[in-house]
Amino acid sequence: MDIMTDIAILVLAAWVGFEVISKVPNTLHTPLMSGTNAIHGIVLMGGLLVLSSAAGALNKLLLVIAITFGTINVVGGFLVTDRMLEMFKGKRPEPRSEEDAGK
Amino acid sequence: MTVVATSFFQDPHFIEALYIVAFTLFIVGLRGLAGPRTAPLGNRLAAVGMFIAFIATLLIQHVIKSGSDVALMAGGILVGTAIGIPAARNVRMTAMPQMVALFNGVGGGAVALIAWVEYRRRFPEGGELWSAKSQIPSLFAAIVGSVSFWGSNIAFGKLQEILPGRPIQLPGQRIINAVFALVAISSAVVLASGVHSQALFIVGILVAAAVLGNMVVLPIGGADMPVVISLLNAFTGVSAAMTGIALDNTALIVAGTLVGASGSILTNMMAVAMNRSVPAIVAGGFGGGGTAPAAGDEERGPVRSTTPDDVAIQLSYASRVVVVPGYGMAVAQAQHTVRELMDELEKRGVHVDFAIHPVAGRMPGHMNVLLAEANVPYDKLKEMDEINPEFPQTDVSLVIGANDVTNPDARENEGSPIYGMPILDVDKSSQVIVLKRSMNTGFAGIDNPLFYGENTALLFGDAKASVQAVVAEVKELG
Repeated sequence: MDIMTDIAILVLAAWVGFEVISKVPNTLHTPLMSGTNAIHGIVLMGGLLVLSSAAGALNKLLLVIAITFGTINVVGGFLVTDRMLEMFKGKRPEPRSEEDAGK
Repeated sequence: MTVVATSFFQDPHFIEALYIVAFTLFIVGLRGLAGPRTAPLGNRLAAVGMFIAFIATLLIQHVIKSGSDVALMAGGILVGTAIGIPAARNVRMTAMPQMVALFNGVGGGAVALIAWVEYRRRFPEGGELWSAKSQIPSLFAAIVGSVSFWGSNIAFGKLQEILPGRPIQLPGQRIINAVFALVAISSAVVLASGVHSQALFIVGILVAAAVLGNMVVLPIGGADMPVVISLLNAFTGVSAAMTGIALDNTALIVAGTLVGASGSILTNMMAVAMNRSVPAIVAGGFGGGGTAPAAGDEERGPVRSTTPDDVAIQLSYASRVVVVPGYGMAVAQAQHTVRELMDELEKRGVHVDFAIHPVAGRMPGHMNVLLAEANVPYDKLKEMDEINPEFPQTDVSLVIGANDVTNPDARENEGSPIYGMPILDVDKSSQVIVLKRSMNTGFAGIDNPLFYGENTALLFGDAKASVQAVVAEVKELG
């Protein structure tokens, strides 16, 4: 891909990130941090992408470690966020939550 | 699978389409996280997105070439899953912040390792051409990923109390940090400019960035740690996006950038809540030597201690009680008992609210998670700006294991290291009852004049045991 296309994608994604996050109520910051943390586990895909074309035992070893790390990041991140959020579920008067989320 | 089907699924357009679905799910998921009702679904949608991105990546041509590569990938994924699932399942809610730090750290580590292999693949013998478009982001990712990995580990160590929470600083720390940053960056420039391509330089980058990660986080006090974790989370996101540019992968670019952007916003919000600026936090510890020694406690004069039955009477005959939870409640796992106390008081017609400081506990939202776990209704949790004007009309403020967020010095004492930090004005309520384990200082390591106030009484002991005793006494009153 052309570098300018990449930068365009990057700029647009950054704006989406800013806009989406500025609407999160204070109370959900911990789960939010944990959830975004899980999303950057996408680096796992980077490890998978490079593994086959990287020759040599050391390269393979480094990438297997990277894949292990990435998997911990993804699996652990989403699960721990889910655990936190389960506690919020269905424990408040429904009409209020919309209005709170809008703050 | 037929040859035709294979070529369809491996068509770059099909894979790009899957990636688009994946990052759309990330965006929808993040949006879902904005509301308490939609958040669990949001998180799951993001997880589904991740799974789609995973499948799409495996479909890319040449990603799976041989059986042994598949075995290596499967091995890494299995080990990662075997570590990640129990870690996420078994971590106690109080240890959540350091768990996030750890998960963030491994993400940064993965980025740094990939960048290292990218270098090794292209240099020195390999001779594959390494375009500037791939090389510069890779070297950037190596530095930032490594800083994030080591910094997160230190943050974990501090929160887990393996390392002391107080700032650890060397003389001339800033100069040392600047030197290591310079070594990392100049090594990267040397590599990128093609003057030298020795392995020395990539190792130099990784080592210098590792030292930098340690050095930058060590001098930061425990109270600032959530902001640091959030910042490192954003770093990892940006470095993942750089890896995406280097590897020409849209999913990595979009997901990494989303995290980088959201992480920066979150970091800034947390810093603002503590009236600190992100550069000031990164530049060093909490006011340097401003921590009060234990001797300071004696000079303040006596504190008034109280008993569970007195507390029960005060609470039962109040018309309005505000509970201020803090890290002490989390450590003692007292949230369920606190909920029980709330129920008992509400039965007697006492109006009970919870005042949640943005940085109560060790991470924003920490208290909300715990209280939600204990079934405290969401609308009882009041944010700082909402509850502060109500303290003068409050009969009793019950401070459970919170300290720094109630410290009036932040409002009044310009010499205090936390001067300017917004606090909960509990000292303005008619009565203050503080549940505390001992006269030790809070996480920031500074004294709190609230405890010596005329309207303040302290109930010493483990938060859970104290609240249990109070609940028993309230029930006694019939």
